[in-house]
Amino acid sequence: MSNLTRWQRSDLSAWPGFGRLFGLRNELDRLFEPFAELTRGSQLLSVWNPAVDVFEDKDSIIVKAELPGMKKEDIDVSLHDGALSVSGERKSEEKFEDAETYRSERFVGRFHRTVTLPSPVSADKVKAQYKDGILMITLPKTEEAKPKQIEVNVA
Amino acid sequence: MNTVTQKETQPDLRTADQNQNGRQQFVTPEVNIFETKDGYVLQAEMPGVNKDGLDITLENNELTLHGRRGDQQPKATALWRESSLADYRRVFELDPAIDTGKIDAKIDQGVLTLRLPKSERVKPRKVTVSD
Repeated sequence: MSNLTRWQRSDLSAWPGFGRLFGLRNELDRLFEPFAELTRGSQLLSVWNPAVDVFEDKDSIIVKAELPGMKKEDIDVSLHDGALSVSGERKSEEKFEDAETYRSERFVGRFHRTVTLPSPVSADKVKAQYKDGILMITLPKTEEAKPKQIEVNVA
Repeated sequence: MNTVTQKETQPDLRTADQNQNGRQQFVTPEVNIFETKDGYVLQAEMPGVNKDGLDITLENNELTLHGRRGDQQPKATALWRESSLADYRRVFELDPAIDTGKIDAKIDQGVLTLRLPKSERVKPRKVTVSD
């Protein structure tokens, strides 16, 4: 914000070089306008790729995904042919009246991640929990996939 | 006009939790910032952080967000890891027009929403001419 200073006439416009320079700039802006439209906010060209971790213990496979700010009902989890898919959509946030945007780094839109599971799981026992913006899916291994202790009698 | 501009913060390093000097590295949370006529709204993504792990400090017009992840690590062997274990941290310089006594914060599903109202003093107002 400006202070209460004396108004001074700008004499810059009197310099002939500027007029030509601005003319050229406008020309360039017009030339690149279609591309500027495309890349604005850069979100049209990049995709939301949430971080996924996979863990394993002797009883289950655990898949964790970072999905901040979602609604539970907007997350889809499915199991198909030994692969786990997590997908969903984050709708754009509430709009603030007459708001000016200073930064827009958060992704809006669809995401889709697929994880090939390292061992067979019991599809009917899969559990998913969404808390603090983290989706945690626990997939119990099938009985056949669990490590077994084989006792060998040594004669 | 000055804004809630971001100051120089740690670079975004999602992989290393400690660099070779043993200094702590942080994840820079993605933010959205809006300005309305009444104030600013800042949203920051910190998946894994709940209100117990969040520290918001204000010093000399500098707002620091620091988030520690809760205990969401499965006690199992990691086969594949893309997420970081590091804390979140980001520093912002506040517009002096913000009434720092009235900042309101809430965190829901890993998204922090800060409302930073402008003080009454700087809100646009009309001066009526008396007779």
